[in-house]
Amino acid sequence: MSTQTSIQTSEKPLGRDELAQLVARDIAPGSFVNLGIGQPTLVSNYLTEEQNITLHTENGMLGMGPEAEGDEIDEDLINAGKIPVTELPGAAYFHHADSFAIMRGGHLDICVLGAFQVSANGDLANWHTGAPGAIPAVGGAMDLATGAKDVFVMMTLLTREGVSKLVEQCTYPVTGVGCVTRVYTDKAVFLTGPDGVTVRETFGCTFEEIQELVPLPLKAKAE
Amino acid sequence: MLNFIDTVGEAVASIKDGSTVMIGGFGNAGQPFELIDALLDCGAKDLTVVNNNAGQGDQGLALLIKEGRVRKMICSFPRQSDSWHFDAKYHAGEIELELVPQGNLAERIRAAGAGIGGFFTPTSYGTTLAEGKESRFLDGKWQVFETPIHADVALIKALKADGKGNLVYRKTARNFGPIMAAAAKHTIVQVSEIVPTGSLDPENVVTPGIYVNSVVRVSGSSAEKVA
Repeated sequence: MSTQTSIQTSEKPLGRDELAQLVARDIAPGSFVNLGIGQPTLVSNYLTEEQNITLHTENGMLGMGPEAEGDEIDEDLINAGKIPVTELPGAAYFHHADSFAIMRGGHLDICVLGAFQVSANGDLANWHTGAPGAIPAVGGAMDLATGAKDVFVMMTLLTREGVSKLVEQCTYPVTGVGCVTRVYTDKAVFLTGPDGVTVRETFGCTFEEIQELVPLPLKAKAE
Repeated sequence: MLNFIDTVGEAVASIKDGSTVMIGGFGNAGQPFELIDALLDCGAKDLTVVNNNAGQGDQGLALLIKEGRVRKMICSFPRQSDSWHFDAKYHAGEIELELVPQGNLAERIRAAGAGIGGFFTPTSYGTTLAEGKESRFLDGKWQVFETPIHADVALIKALKADGKGNLVYRKTARNFGPIMAAAAKHTIVQVSEIVPTGSLDPENVVTPGIYVNSVVRVSGSSAEKVA
């Protein structure tokens, strides 16, 4: 019994920045990484020089630097969120088909994305609520979900209504099938795959409390 | 046949009603605003437009849509905070939308330019965007059949052209330029600078001039322009 609760590593749930810091720490040195728009972008704040991470942006660049400020702003140099960014020494530019070949061809190590829902087998829903009248827009979401070797999701575990976003089966339209390998939430980190969902660590609650919140069978990671 | 043309108006004058027009750019980077404005002025209508987005704010492609010149959009990301002209036409049922994942859009454009009749890609497998398309289990994963996107005309922006129509771009403004140049029957490029033939390092040419039909210089059209 005590082995199950020992995976709690923090007294409180993690805030957005703490979660970003954790994701950054988990990225292996030398990785090529694409950070999705929104919360995943925060991860770049915590990557260290020693990690030597190369950031990809799907509009056509490797070696993307931090957001541009003041005189650095150049309208020809933007990221996928259309925010002005900078280039680091060793950066490379390429056209859109090459950029998505980098992704689809499995050359990226990790892609970090936001999500509406993730299912037990790693299906991702993050592109469309499916609400009637909503104009669908997909951008690079499906390409990112399919291409990278590892897809990490960052999200809150619960909706505003308190419903788990980690689900048996996605009720929102899916972006990719069986693509998510890890889910970083404010309350726990989950490892997803063909063998089901394993809880790696919990924040501010026990494994048993997480199991109460999530409507699918969970395993605690053995130390 | 390569032509150097004095004005954007002359450059787009031959675009006919009903044409499929590819327009380069991602965000403001690489958007050929002056060519789009000229297309608006020339009055061509019933257009199918291929672009990553469906117009932003009250400029460029958004105005073409507002004026009812665009019958159909082929794009990956139409809905943005300032895509109000597209939104209005879409909700009124006055514009058709073919939504394509961004990488599939790029590869379908590339395929057209490369003479590929279609290809299988894992992107979109199992999603609503793959409905009605052939899927096969290939190379260890499920893949979806996609077809090339051809165009009558491409409007793109580059930094420099030489006398042979060879092009170089600037930073992330390259985006769709090289693949659209190859995919269209007639490619019209606006550049900031026309340089003497021989002054571009052949090792650094991004789009060979064989893909380019018309070049028009637009002053201040690249880094200097503030949206």
